[in-house]
Amino acid sequence: MDYFYLTTSLVKIVALLAVVLGIMNYTVYAERRISALIQDRLGPNRVGPFGLFQPIADAAKFLLKEDFTPGHVNKFYYWLAPCLAMIPAITTLAVVPFGSSLFGVPMVIADINVGVLFVFAIASLGVYGIVIAGWSSNSKYPFLGGVRSSSQMISYELSLGLAVIPVFLLIGQLRLTEVVSYQIEHGWMIAPFVGDWTNLRKWLLAIPMLISFVVFTIAIFAETNRLPFDLPEAETELVGGYHTEYGSMKFGLFFLGEYVAMITGSAIIVTLFLGGWHFPGIPDGSQGWSWGLVNIFVFFSKVAVLLFVFIWVRWTLPRFRYDQLMRLGWVFFFEIALVNIFIAAIILAYFPA
Amino acid sequence: MSPVLFWFFAFVMLVFGAAVIINRNPIASALSLVVCFMGLSALFMSLDAFFIGIIQVLVYAGAVMVLFLFIIMLLDLRMEERRKINLVAVVGGAGVALAFFIQICFVVGQLSAAQKTFPPLVSPKTDDVHSVGLLLFTNYNLPFQIIGVLVLVATIGVIVLSKRELR
Repeated sequence: MDYFYLTTSLVKIVALLAVVLGIMNYTVYAERRISALIQDRLGPNRVGPFGLFQPIADAAKFLLKEDFTPGHVNKFYYWLAPCLAMIPAITTLAVVPFGSSLFGVPMVIADINVGVLFVFAIASLGVYGIVIAGWSSNSKYPFLGGVRSSSQMISYELSLGLAVIPVFLLIGQLRLTEVVSYQIEHGWMIAPFVGDWTNLRKWLLAIPMLISFVVFTIAIFAETNRLPFDLPEAETELVGGYHTEYGSMKFGLFFLGEYVAMITGSAIIVTLFLGGWHFPGIPDGSQGWSWGLVNIFVFFSKVAVLLFVFIWVRWTLPRFRYDQLMRLGWVFFFEIALVNIFIAAIILAYFPA
Repeated sequence: MSPVLFWFFAFVMLVFGAAVIINRNPIASALSLVVCFMGLSALFMSLDAFFIGIIQVLVYAGAVMVLFLFIIMLLDLRMEERRKINLVAVVGGAGVALAFFIQICFVVGQLSAAQKTFPPLVSPKTDDVHSVGLLLFTNYNLPFQIIGVLVLVATIGVIVLSKRELR
């Protein structure tokens, strides 16, 4: 075995996990502060300057609470479910290129040739955590939440899968690092003005890419169970949804799993449509390690912007009704994504590179 | 991939495959089958067939088994857990499985290809997605289209049957 490869991979895994868990904690804080701003409140501002140490206090609270297991639950599956909710969300990050290179080491943990399929496959396993949580709780509201969630996720996975096809029609590769390097050469998918902006083909291709981007982003909203699609845990109808019977850190894992899924979703959107770690005028890591760090910073800045959009939407829009959600997924987004593939194919056939 | 990983995933597959039939709880059986599929996918990947491996997870573990689980949960199969074990059926099943196993061992033992060791792939990073797609749309285009029509007919059939008014 190649020990250099093993060590660098291990370092990358640990560092990425630390960064993502840090971002996750501060996304929760940002969510509370931004929601307060939108609702004309103050939000958490007591712990540390501007309440910046609030995540630490939250974590301590989660860990120190009594870990209570209700008597009527199915014990083994009740304990299994929170883990199953958290793990797929983190695993997906393995194939996302989060930077160019640092000291010649590419900044992606696993550069596999089925990149985006891996993302979908692992993300589709996230349903199990929620379904099992709903079932093992042996209680009405969690069960309804679990059933809703599984049907919602299966429905929106279709739009998710179809929405990315135009991108791969254009590139001809499923490898996510190839997607990024294509965008460095030809400009970002949805921003034809980056790079050579006089090219007519690029402007035409931006139309299906923009549609893809919108459908994909909305499907990610549905996949992560965020408002306006948070039907599985709609408080006004289902108390707390699938995690009604959970407390302390087991609830914490569900709660934080949702945020990790948000970060992963944003990372995928950034990689596919927003140029990954590339920003016009900034060289890549082969020009020196400081540029490598800048590339990583650019990537996470883009993710942060998308996370802000996630939070902004949650505190602005009302929730859909369940039948509206299903109709939207099956009758609207599914068809748009399908037609979009044809548009992209026609443009590619009549304007060859 | 190292043989250790092969033995590990083969062991996982066998244990959870057995768990599918041994478990009394249908939900536990379904979940064991999911783990079994994951092991199978890992074995495919050890053969450098990344595409098949990942499709195994995406289609079977991610979509088909979720639907299975969904239906099992809605049915509330408490009866199954209390049912007595039918000893005749168990012995008969084990006998058939054993006979089948012996036959497979026999056939594999006779096969000349099983005794050879093959050289590893020239480039392990072959783009298998590309090659599968190329084959499907050139050599096997007609069967591919026919299967497409078949699936469409099945879908329409399901909708017609489920929309029929019951009198």
